[in-house]
Amino acid sequence: MLLQIKNLYKSFGEKKVHSGVEFQVQEGEMLGLFGTSGTGKSLILRSIIGLETPDAGEIIFEGKNILGLNERELIPVRKKIGYVFQNGALFDSLTVEENLSYPLQEHTSLSPPEILDKVNDLLEKLDLKGLNDLLPNALSGGMQKRVGLARVLILGPKIILFDEPTAGLDPSNTKRLINIIKNLKKTGMTGIFVTHDIPSAYAITDRIAILHEGKIRTLDTTEKIQNSQDTFVQKFTKNSA
Amino acid sequence: MKKNFFYQLLKNDAHPITAIFHFTGGFSVLCCQALREMTQPPFYWKLIIREIYFIGIQSIFLVCITALATGCVMALQFGYGLEKFGGTLYVPKIVSLVILREMGPVFTSLLIAGRIGSGIASEVGSMQITQQIDAMRALGTSPIKKIVIPKLIASMVSFPLLTLIADYVSLVGAMVICNNELGINHEYFIAKTIETLRIYDLTTSMAKTVVFAFFISLTACWKGLNTEGGTQAIGNSTTWVVVTSSIFIMISDFFLTKLFILTVYPPP
Repeated sequence: MLLQIKNLYKSFGEKKVHSGVEFQVQEGEMLGLFGTSGTGKSLILRSIIGLETPDAGEIIFEGKNILGLNERELIPVRKKIGYVFQNGALFDSLTVEENLSYPLQEHTSLSPPEILDKVNDLLEKLDLKGLNDLLPNALSGGMQKRVGLARVLILGPKIILFDEPTAGLDPSNTKRLINIIKNLKKTGMTGIFVTHDIPSAYAITDRIAILHEGKIRTLDTTEKIQNSQDTFVQKFTKNSA
Repeated sequence: MKKNFFYQLLKNDAHPITAIFHFTGGFSVLCCQALREMTQPPFYWKLIIREIYFIGIQSIFLVCITALATGCVMALQFGYGLEKFGGTLYVPKIVSLVILREMGPVFTSLLIAGRIGSGIASEVGSMQITQQIDAMRALGTSPIKKIVIPKLIASMVSFPLLTLIADYVSLVGAMVICNNELGINHEYFIAKTIETLRIYDLTTSMAKTVVFAFFISLTACWKGLNTEGGTQAIGNSTTWVVVTSSIFIMISDFFLTKLFILTVYPPP
């Protein structure tokens, strides 16, 4: 088991967002996380990477509870968990190449030519060849998301958390991004895929969890969710699709 | 009843008292984090040098122009003011002392608070609302190390040096006005300035700016890191930092001056 979420609770003031969220992610598995807006899907991802602190519960990564670790203790964990932000969150004062080099400069002892080789290799794989010197604001939304994904992939994380990666993309860019994720999945990549884009999720996930009223209401294989006769699941997936 | 009052007060983020507590607490925490992380590797020397360039080198022209104007105006005002009492010859002494002890550090810091405080708050604030700060943390790096510490160190290095330049340029301005308007020649001005000024005038002036630099840069970083909302929030943060920093400079200048009078300056 690569990741286990146990009994996660989180409130903002009097508003309870999570009240006992529980699920697990196996190595090599892609878990889709569905839920209506405001149910705290992104919050779960942010809690896993340590950007938010849950009120209670456990987040067990590689057998160790990472909840309660301080920023310094979280650094080795964050090297193994990649987070793809909804808007890419690229450093806008750095070029594409500098954005991709950033994690390598921080966490490896690779020489500048070795870093450049890795960056170029990844840019080519993600269909971004030749964009090295562009600033993020010169890129389209789809390109920004792919650069954001490339920045995460460059350290070779064990699990990638996708926060609505297809949001705001046109159908062609969505398809391109989904194909990239599909190819990554073939290499054995593990991930959690938060989305409102049900068809995309069906295309790449192995299992789907539906978050409702602070808890995981349903968790099953993608196939079973697609064919579910459960009224709630049907209502949810059909309304969202 | 009392418990209810305090509960309601603390719940209301917009209340001025809550805002003061929020700022004091947040500032103190950021201050401790910055001081602790400053001693731990990795050290980003290149970022510090880059910030010194932005904060220090790029402010030199602005500081020089204002300092020159300040020196000139002060010489004119004191010259015409003291002429009535036949005290024109005291202008070099008074002006040099006022420039070094007060006008140099305070004017320079106010000016830089406007330029740097607003710059830091808007830069960090926009990074915060576009999730770049989160991305930095998610990639296993510390925003305190990458953003706060370089700006803090660069400010604490640049402010005293800019003040030194401002003092010098102000004195030159005053000297020119004394020569052209008040009939006090350069030799007399320089001799009286050297006779009046002591090294502690310069060191206390620079010490003041180190305190101002520490407060301005940390406040701007704190406000930037706590910016929430859209572009309007960035504007609000910027304004807040400039106003707060200016108030802090004026108030703390009084206490620092009092402290130096009690501990450093010799009795009259």
